[in-house]
Amino acid sequence: MTTKKLSRRGLLKGAAAAGAASAFPAPMIWAQNIKDVTLRQFGTGVSNLNEVAQKVKEDLGFTLEMTALDSDAVTQRAATQPGSFDIADIEYWICKKVWPTGNLQAMDVSKIKNYDKIVGIFKDGKLTPESTIAQGTAPHTVGFTDGPDGTTFASEQTNWMTLIPTIYNADTLGIRPDLIGRPIETWAELLNPEFKGKASILDISSIGIMDAAMVCEAMGEIAYGDKGNMTREEIDKTMAIFTEAKKAGQFRAFWKTFDESVNLMASGEVVIQSMWSPAITAVKSRGIDCVYQPLKEGYRSWGGGIGLSKNLSGLELDAAYEYINWYLDGWVGGFLMRQGYYSAVPETSKNYMSENEWGYWFEGKEATDVITNPFGDAMAQAGEVRDGGSFEERMGSVACWNAVMDENQYMVRKWNEFIAA
Amino acid sequence: MRAGETNRHLSGWLLASPLTLVLILFLVLPIAMIVVVSFWQATEFSIIPAFSWENYDFLFGSPVTYRVFGNTIKYALIVWAFTLGIGFTVAYFLAFHVRTQTWQIALFLLCTIPFWTSNIIRMISWIPFLGRNGLANSALISAGIVDEPVEWLLYSDFSVILAFVHLYTLFMVVPIFNTMMRIDKSLIEAAYDGGASGFQTLTNVIIPLCKPGIMIGTIFVVTLVMGDFVTVRFMSGSQSANVGRLIQNDIALLQYPSASATAVVLLITVLMVIGILLRFVDIRKEL
Repeated sequence: MTTKKLSRRGLLKGAAAAGAASAFPAPMIWAQNIKDVTLRQFGTGVSNLNEVAQKVKEDLGFTLEMTALDSDAVTQRAATQPGSFDIADIEYWICKKVWPTGNLQAMDVSKIKNYDKIVGIFKDGKLTPESTIAQGTAPHTVGFTDGPDGTTFASEQTNWMTLIPTIYNADTLGIRPDLIGRPIETWAELLNPEFKGKASILDISSIGIMDAAMVCEAMGEIAYGDKGNMTREEIDKTMAIFTEAKKAGQFRAFWKTFDESVNLMASGEVVIQSMWSPAITAVKSRGIDCVYQPLKEGYRSWGGGIGLSKNLSGLELDAAYEYINWYLDGWVGGFLMRQGYYSAVPETSKNYMSENEWGYWFEGKEATDVITNPFGDAMAQAGEVRDGGSFEERMGSVACWNAVMDENQYMVRKWNEFIAA
Repeated sequence: MRAGETNRHLSGWLLASPLTLVLILFLVLPIAMIVVVSFWQATEFSIIPAFSWENYDFLFGSPVTYRVFGNTIKYALIVWAFTLGIGFTVAYFLAFHVRTQTWQIALFLLCTIPFWTSNIIRMISWIPFLGRNGLANSALISAGIVDEPVEWLLYSDFSVILAFVHLYTLFMVVPIFNTMMRIDKSLIEAAYDGGASGFQTLTNVIIPLCKPGIMIGTIFVVTLVMGDFVTVRFMSGSQSANVGRLIQNDIALLQYPSASATAVVLLITVLMVIGILLRFVDIRKEL
């Protein structure tokens, strides 16, 4: 009896699926099988959002399991435990470390529908044909490989991509204009004695050293060959300048977590510091004036992308490509852009944003109405303009990308000394 | 008879074995593991299990290590002095000034109330209080004591030590109170009858009899302060370092061997401190 019942139910289910498949073609064709697919994604949290997993389930039918880790743990896992994930959501500088281990597989560009629409930064490194390429680990330098089994990076676009770009942004200093009361235009202001005891820098060595380098360069103290890949001498000089400032009492505190940076700024302990874009919004949402100040030397930028594990094949691999195409199709892009990040394919994201949102976030226009993020919090009021302006203005003046240096270990030790000084 | 004796030996071993097993599994093995790992090497991706002195070489060769250990010991000493002073006074008050046992218990419980919340929350609640625009500064300014906000209240050694003292004084109060309650009241009466002043009674009778409690409290406070990393990080705004933070940084950067080496050196330092302390008082005899 039971067997019979089961098989009948199975049959009905099959029929329903077949019906659905004929009604909605394309991705639904193998809807029956793909429902059983589970892809395990892990990454750094910025884009590892549960909303994305839910939407994947709705739109594509399969399950996406998300794990958020810090960037050190992500690097280690991608490099040492290829069996523990299907999709790695990592930053480009992590890719530089991880790709040579061979744990990720190259992606066939011809299977990526919106490849042509991906912004130039991730393809030839140029936002517009006139752009110059910034220092550090620029995404396009680690974005391509020679073939399906390549373990080195190609110097130009090929048919094989290492990561599909997903999210990126340009970082700068955050300031409290109400407490400073004059225009701030350069990174050098971070060490200006005027802000003695009211400045802060983040205590995450790989990013902190970059901000420090931006400052030293702006002060005219050091001319770097490549801020993203400093020599020992450059590291020593940079840390010497910052240690001296620390001993003179320039810094109020160092921060390591997002919340700390928000509290330092909101409480007025600090009036100028390195900051991340969502932290500025968090300060503003408390009704406190806070600006993500564009500076003449440019931005320190970062970008992330998703890579596929070597172990993916067959149906799972198809599902992963489906996921990538869906990712670039606009919904996620809109979701991320409405939080102040940028999408790799802005064109498609536009379809999922209102004209007001697109104008504010992307074109740098005045908001015509209240701007809210996907979680319903007000990000800006009518009449406000995004700090730094349009996409081209912001991403067009990137001075340096987050990077991993050859002298990483040395740098970390020096950074520790700076903190302990 | 011989059979009975073997039995007694056997049951002795059996009775001792559960504790031995637990200690071996959860104390000896982990520490042995840390010691072993401290001789390994690590790159960003892998741990190389080969014997090497590199971690210790770097540790003892770096001036930062000495500065940080110095800082750790400085914190321990200052915090110890304050917690002892405050803890002893509180315990003395509870034991000798509060007459009824009901009140003693009630007041003692009152001391423990802050411990019902997490120690991180108790610590962090100092931050808005001590901040530039915090309660302390606005009170000082409105009272006309200072014109400008006092900067060193927060993110300084002062705030670190304040938080430590706040967090750990109870660890001093409890053991000292405990030993004070065991002091035979007739000894104090005898001291008075013998013509000793209050102060002489304190130094000649009460303090010597409280030594084990003081020592236990000292061990608590010193080990807690020397092993801490959270308090120092938050209250100094990451501007000061102690050994715990050194280890934490290494772990965040996946440098487990180097973190282990630092941990081993810290462990030895703390054991030496406790060893010296135990020279002064035989806790076992006095308990």
